[in-house]
This record gives sequence, structure tokens and C-alpha cells, in this order.
Amino acid sequence: MDTLIQQLINGLSLGSVYALVALGYTMVYGIINLLNFAHGDVYMVGAFVGYYIITNFNLGFLPTLILTMLITGILGLVIYQVAYRPLRNSTRIASLITAIGMSYLLQNGMIYIAGPQTRSFPQIINNQLYKFGAIQISTMQLLMLATTILLMIALQLIVQQTKFGKAMRAVSNDPEAAQLMGINSNQVISFTFFLGSMLAGAGGMLVGMYYNTITPTMGAGPGLKAFIAAVVGGIGSVPGAMLGGYLIGITEVMISAFGNSMIRDAVVYLILIIILLVRPSGILGKYEPEKV
Amino acid sequence: MNLKKGLVGMLAATALFAAGCGSRTGAGGNAANEDEEVTLGTIFATTGSVSAYGTPQENAIKMAIDEINEDGGVLDGKEIELVNYDYTSEDTEAAQLATRLATQDNVDAILGADTSGSSKTALQSSSKHEVPTLSPSASADNYTVASDDTVEEWGWRVAFPDSYQGGALARFAEKDLGAQKVAILMDNSSDYSIGLVDFFEETFSGEVVVKENFTAGQTDFNATLTSLNERDFDVLLVTGYYEEGGPIVRQAREIGLDQPILAPDGFGNQALIDLAGPENLNDVYYTTQFTVLNENSLVNQFVENYTERFGSEPDMFAAMAYDAAYVMRDAIERAGSENRQEINEALAETENFEGVTGTFSYDDMHNPSKSVTILELQNGEAVNTYIVDPDDL
Repeated sequence: MDTLIQQLINGLSLGSVYALVALGYTMVYGIINLLNFAHGDVYMVGAFVGYYIITNFNLGFLPTLILTMLITGILGLVIYQVAYRPLRNSTRIASLITAIGMSYLLQNGMIYIAGPQTRSFPQIINNQLYKFGAIQISTMQLLMLATTILLMIALQLIVQQTKFGKAMRAVSNDPEAAQLMGINSNQVISFTFFLGSMLAGAGGMLVGMYYNTITPTMGAGPGLKAFIAAVVGGIGSVPGAMLGGYLIGITEVMISAFGNSMIRDAVVYLILIIILLVRPSGILGKYEPEKV
Repeated sequence: MNLKKGLVGMLAATALFAAGCGSRTGAGGNAANEDEEVTLGTIFATTGSVSAYGTPQENAIKMAIDEINEDGGVLDGKEIELVNYDYTSEDTEAAQLATRLATQDNVDAILGADTSGSSKTALQSSSKHEVPTLSPSASADNYTVASDDTVEEWGWRVAFPDSYQGGALARFAEKDLGAQKVAILMDNSSDYSIGLVDFFEETFSGEVVVKENFTAGQTDFNATLTSLNERDFDVLLVTGYYEEGGPIVRQAREIGLDQPILAPDGFGNQALIDLAGPENLNDVYYTTQFTVLNENSLVNQFVENYTERFGSEPDMFAAMAYDAAYVMRDAIERAGSENRQEINEALAETENFEGVTGTFSYDDMHNPSKSVTILELQNGEAVNTYIVDPDDL
């Protein structure tokens, strides 16, 4: 039982990251039906931005987090304006391919800037281990969970309570109708990219701190897993992405812990296939027949 | 994609063309044997992605050859001439350069290349032209194994093969650490890791309690480590490189897994200390081909000269290359001529050669049977070395 709870804590930590990244996928997809494959690399950039901020300016956790989120948010905006906006009215496959290109650009750009080697992330948190009976949880795990949950609540508030959130939901529902109602859909889409990239940047920085290792290719794996999380939870649905993230994180950990660590990734992809076959709209997604 | 294939094809064609030309200008191919000069060729990457391995090797060889020449050369006063080539971290280039050394430069033996891949490609060409080829640092088990499972007649090395360390770690675990039960955390997608673990299990007299896997690039090991921590074992063997090794050590120590951790030479990188954190690097033992901690006049002299000439302490690549140059001198002296065939035969009879990476002789598979050094880390610093004798394996 203790082991189970201990592994659950490990799963929640890993799941937090997937959830943060999955939110960006789901928001962008929800609003312009684009699978933003560069999203995992925005997460990677977040880790490097955090790294450079800490090594150069020696800031504490909170200022670093906020700065990192701002910078990656702006990066998201730029990516949208440069790569996706000119393709708004072309086929979906065109923007999908652009997204893949963008992903390679970010990855190789970072290899060019920072070099391909693995770096260690500077430690700014005094990582202690708290023990409750046989169960232990570290400062970093607590911090990661707390930050993720706070960010998710903030996002939920923005989407549900603010005017911008209302506009986002409107554009997601029907972009043309929203435009006719006087909503500047372009602005709304930009804002969505900004929000999503901010969350991914936060995820990247937290992961850098938690695992203490960053590389320019670190975005590929979690990016894909987060995409699966978004699909499993129901792509386009914000609570679905959170649920999916935690679900995938916990599944992975439980398989490594009680099954065979070799089949871990295979099982995650199997879940994706099963969900797509049985419930293509995901757990919390709404089923919408394709409009003809 | 097609472009790439075309390029490789073109390179291969160029290599073939060069080979063809070479053997014609070489007039019989074995002209090198009668030119009365002792010429050694080197092939190392001094530019490109693996230049970090190749550059110190070329440096160390230049230094060794200068020392030998100052010392009176070989074969009653002949100076050794060096022909240095850079294969620019492109393995196909190494093959072409080996052919060129064999046929155009008429070298008597080749020192190189550096990585296992480039060494293997270079050896393909040089063995065709029957030139003894000594790679300082090729460590893949199959480097000295020809395609028909026999030994590569012309291929030699200074590094101990990867799997060899597995045996040394097993002996060390049972003898010095008194371990009965061992847990293994391995990367079962890499030959390096698999070969090591196989040899470890073959040698270890105790019990392997549990075997878990990870994959290269993974960063989260908490789940696996937490379940390992539930098991009863004396030491943990982690077979991988420092990129994963650092985070594994950190996460293991953070969840309170405090058994000694054993690892192969893949852990030998300065970045390990940053990735794991010095406070977590306690009771960590890893094998190494060379350490400056060895108190030995030969090593001290080498470290001093190298540092003076190149401004930094020699790493294990420099040390292995330095030994390679002296192994070759030793063989040429014993052969009594610069005939390639005779040098190759003399290499086989290398007996108790004393170098900076240890004392060794060659076995039937052209691998050095040498002692393995194991470093002990406490608080991130190497505090102790253990030697595992080859006779124990």
C-alpha cells in the first residue's frame, strides 16, 4: 500500500508536466484545429530560458518562473505570427507540416545556440525529503504539484470568468460567427498561443529543476506524451487535458513500478490507439459529427 | 534523403577510386617494407563532432613519437616519421584515409582511429592492404572480430573491450564490497550495456535479484528506483552513460536508496558531478581506462610532460594513445624490421607491456588483458582506486 501511494506521488509529479504541456495542445487545437507539434519544443525552450536566467541573473524561483513564462509566451506569439497566421486559410495539412518544421527549427536552433550536450540545471531550491511514515515526498515534488495546480486554476478562471476567456470560447465554437459579433479572432488566437506557450515554458522549467538535466531534444518525448494526454482527455477540452496528463503520468509510473519498464511507452501508445478506436473524442471531449 | 544516399554513394565511389589509384602507384603494395624508413600513420578526428576524443589522441601520439625520437628512435637510430590525417568525424572518410596511408604514404603501421565505429571502418581498409592497425580507444566488443567470427588479423587495441568491464565490476562487487545480491538497472537498447551485463552475470558468483531497464534520453527514474528500493540487495549496477547515470544517482540517493552504485566507464565525465550533485555521489564506483590518481612514476612523468606541452591534464584518450605509440615502438623493435607482417607478428607477442593505462599482453582475440581500475567517489570526488587483476577474470 505504501509503495502504491509512493508511486502515485511519482506519477502525479510526472503527470503534472504532461498536463501543463497538454493544455497548450488542447487550447490551440480547440481554437484553430491545429496540432501544434512545435509545442514540445516550446517546453524545451522554457527549460533553457530558466537555465540562462538562473545562471546569468541568479534570481529566485518565483521571478525566474514568471520571466520564463513571459519569454516563452512571447515565443509562442511569434511562432503563431510567423509560421501559422499566414496559413490560416490554407489546408490543415499545410499548417501541420509547418508545425513539424517549426519543431525542428526550435530544436536545431537550440543545438546551435547551446550545443547538443546534456546540461545540469542550477539548483535554486533546497530540496528536502519529507517523510510521512513510509511515504516520502520532496520539496521539488510539492513545488511542482503546487505550481501546476495553481496554474491550472488560473487558466480555468481565465477561460471561464474573463471576457477574453469568453471570446476564446466563442472563437473556438465558430470563428466566423465570433468575428461577426465583433470579436477580433486574430487577437484571441494570439492570446491562446501566448497562454499555452506560457504553460509549456513553466513545465519545461519545472522539469529542468526537478530532474536537473536539460538537452535541446528533451521536448520530443514529453511533447508526444502530452499530445497523447490531450487526445485521451479529449482534444479541445481544458479539463480533459489535465485529466489526460495525470492519467498518462500515473499509467507510465505504475507500469514501470509494477509491470515491465520495457513496455511502458508501448502501453501509452496502445492507450492512444484504444481511445481513438473506442472513443475518438476522448474521455471528456464532446462528440461532434464532421460538418459537411 | 535521396541526396544523402547519393552523397554516401559518391563518397564510397571516391574511396574505391582512391584505393584503385593507390595500389597502382604503390607498385606491388608492399613497397613500404623496403623503403628503409619507419613511418607511422595516424587517423583521428581533430575536427567535427567527435574531435573531443580524437584531438588529445593525436597530441599524445605526437608527444610520444617526439620522446621516442629524442631517445634514439627505433631499429638502431632510425627516426619515426608521422603522417597525421584528420577524418573530420566522418566514418567513411576514415576508410579512405586508411587506404591512402597504406598505399600512397606507404606507412608501416597505422595508429587510429578513435571511436569504435571509425576504427572499424578504418580497419576494413587497412586489413585489405595488410597494415597493422592499432586503435587506442575502440572499445566495442566486435572491433577485433571479423565478419566470420574469427579474429581481425590486422586489428589491435589499447582499450579494454566494453564487456570486459562487466567482469571486472562483478569481481570487485563480490571481493571488495562483499556483495551477495545485486540489482541491475540497464539500457537494453545499447550493445554497450547488454554486453557488460552479460559478462557481469557470467562472472558474478552471487545472485542477481532484479533487472530493470531504462532508455537513453529518459529523465524520470523515480518509479523504477522506488520499486528497486523495496527490494533487498547489496549493490546496484547501472550500465549506461553519464547523461542518464547522473540523474539516476541523484534520484536514487534522494529517495534514500543508499546501496553502493557500480558503473562502467560511461560515467567518466565531468558532467556527472553536476548532473548527480556532489552531495549525492557517495559510494559510487566506476571503471576507468586511466586515472591520474595512479601513483606510478610512468604515469607521473606522462601527466607532467603532457600538461606542460598542452596546458591541460591528459584524459583517458590521451593516455591510451600514448600507450599505443609505445606498444608500436615495442613491436617494431622486437620485429627488428619495418616489415608489416613482422610488426604484426611482434604485436601478437606483446608481453607484459608497461604503459600508463596498465600492464598488458594481447590475448587470442587481440584484446589487451589488463588490469581494470575502479574509481571510488565520495562527495563527488575520486578518493580511492581499486585494481582488478586480469587473472581474476
